[in-house]
Amino acid sequence: MLYREAGQYKSNYAADMAVFPLREDRIGLGVILAIAFIAIPFLGSDFFIASVMIPFLVFSLAAIGLNILTGYTGLISLGTAAFMGVGAYSCYKLTTIFPDVNIVVLILVSGLFSAGIGVLFGLPSLRIKGFYLAVATLAAQFFLQWAFVRVPWLFNYNASGAIEVPQRTLFDLPITGASATPETRYFVCLGLVVVLTWFASNIVHGKLGRSWMAVRDMDIAAELMGIKLLNAKLTAFAVSSYFCGVAGAMMIFLWYGGGEAADVFSIRLSFNILFMVIIGGLGSLIGSFFGAAFLSILPTALKFGLPALGIPIQGAAAEHVTFMLVGALIITFLIVEPHGLARLWQIGKQKLRTWPFPY
Amino acid sequence: MSDIATRPAPNLLASPLVKTGLILAAIVAVLAVGIRLDSSNTLYAIFVDPFQQMVQAPDLLVQTVWEGLVSGVLYALIALGFVLIFKASGVFNFAQGIMVVFAALTLVGLYEKGVPAFLAVVITLGVMFALAVTIERVVLRPLVNQPDIILFMATFGITYFLIGFGEALFGGNPKQMIAEQLYLPKGAIDLQILGGLVSLQKIDIAAALIASLMIAALAAFFQYTRIGRALRAVADSHKAALSVGISLNQIWVIVWFTAGIVALITGIMWGARSDVSFALEIVALKALPVLILGGFTSIPGAIVGGLIIGIGEKLGEFYWGPLIGGGIESWLAYFIALGFLLFRPQGLFGDKIIERI
Repeated sequence: MLYREAGQYKSNYAADMAVFPLREDRIGLGVILAIAFIAIPFLGSDFFIASVMIPFLVFSLAAIGLNILTGYTGLISLGTAAFMGVGAYSCYKLTTIFPDVNIVVLILVSGLFSAGIGVLFGLPSLRIKGFYLAVATLAAQFFLQWAFVRVPWLFNYNASGAIEVPQRTLFDLPITGASATPETRYFVCLGLVVVLTWFASNIVHGKLGRSWMAVRDMDIAAELMGIKLLNAKLTAFAVSSYFCGVAGAMMIFLWYGGGEAADVFSIRLSFNILFMVIIGGLGSLIGSFFGAAFLSILPTALKFGLPALGIPIQGAAAEHVTFMLVGALIITFLIVEPHGLARLWQIGKQKLRTWPFPY
Repeated sequence: MSDIATRPAPNLLASPLVKTGLILAAIVAVLAVGIRLDSSNTLYAIFVDPFQQMVQAPDLLVQTVWEGLVSGVLYALIALGFVLIFKASGVFNFAQGIMVVFAALTLVGLYEKGVPAFLAVVITLGVMFALAVTIERVVLRPLVNQPDIILFMATFGITYFLIGFGEALFGGNPKQMIAEQLYLPKGAIDLQILGGLVSLQKIDIAAALIASLMIAALAAFFQYTRIGRALRAVADSHKAALSVGISLNQIWVIVWFTAGIVALITGIMWGARSDVSFALEIVALKALPVLILGGFTSIPGAIVGGLIIGIGEKLGEFYWGPLIGGGIESWLAYFIALGFLLFRPQGLFGDKIIERI
């Protein structure tokens, strides 16, 4: 009833090509943004914002990055965490070298370094395909992770080998460091994620995105149609690594607030983000958010939700049950809808459109 | 038809001989100039010194190669489990590593409960069979005909589940493998060769022997039995195998069970060398470059790949590692595999990739 496009006419090409052609969708987006910008900071507790929403936003951005590479261009990457690490470490070096520049600018710039490294490790993709490409990205993962530990220049020759996040302010409010409140960190994260998602949406709906999708569907055919594989694949690596790098910098500076970064950016994180992308839906931006929500919020929810439901498990046992449940849920979701949560969302919308009639 | 692997490049460099020759000549020329200009002895340390060390202390070289060989055999064992499943069901089984851990944990756990060692082995085999049947029923059958990446994802679901399940049942602490009770030898043999002492762990010799026996047994099984023929048929083409009356479901159970047996043996061997813990799962990731180097579909490839990676990374770590701070073992394997892949994108023994529009 509420979700009907009847009566909405498109009178120009711009309206026809709009990303959200339905008025209801635009209203829905506005509501979601309003909830994210107004309701959550005012109603959510510090704990909820700091350990549910900020991780969710960081993972969403990383998942969007990987989705550009794996979902839109069809190149498998198991090195996401390493590219995130490049972002985090270059942001750290940049804050050390340019202490006066605003940290938000530095976070955005550090993605560029990650993009450069991504292109470098993306070069073999021109020759190696499919699962074989995984080895190139794994090489990146393990080499960079090694470098994060063994190259002391990267962590400013600290004895601990950890990134120490300095205090930085935006409009005189501390946004990084120990005295930053979860709310301000959340607002910075949210702002970055919204802006970058908007960029990503424009890229994948534009010429570049279409050439990526052509490469994904069949690269030889794409080549014959005049798409330069070199450009398409390397831009995919660059853009993807840029998003991952920014996500990594956000992860350390706005979420963790420092720490042993080399342990954080391990192969496990790479796999987690790959699974967010697959569970959420390959080749779908909204799917990246769904996948990140599913895999980052679910363990936290299980950890604190099960005792609340009266199931008495704690500590190690809770961890084990969480692992088992996540595994079982991954398999269940794949069986129910192999194309991910994004497809479920679409089916739901289609049903809603024709409701109460089935067709 | 466009065949990307054989498509001629439009220049003289297409001939592999010319290309290799040019590359070699360039390397030699650069080295010759470089060593002249080299002030801090970097190039000397990279290109000359390690080889001098090898010649001067051949016993160390033998020791290093032997260690590489042994770890190569163990990588090959893990890779073998991957290849079996990939050939028969086209599933890239990420769960092989955790299956190794799970099998070893079950064995040790049962023994700790008071079950005699060999009975524990039999029961563990039963558990692996039950696991194979369950995976086929619950995961593979509903997901038949889905894209590869979805099946890959499903095996990650299995991995998560088994990690949680294994830790819940047996606890997360490292355990001691029951090597003595299984009559695996202990201690080392010291050999006097090449003017030095080379020490070979007996367990490593046993591991190499058992691995070769198992590979021979698997080869015979594939070659001479009815089920083996059916397996090869399924590996060739699912549809053709179905049309001549081979039951895919049955074959999958058998393949996953075989992979389970391989996992158990791998688990015993790895466990006897260090201990049984979930850290083994990371070692299983080393099987990936092995697999990719050998080609996903080739059993000999898995073995040769395992040996190349094992020896390569031990030599690299021992002779070149100290130059850049050590610990390069963690990523060297992937770069070795990458180097080979740039020349053969389908791996050393893999089926040629033919792409058509």
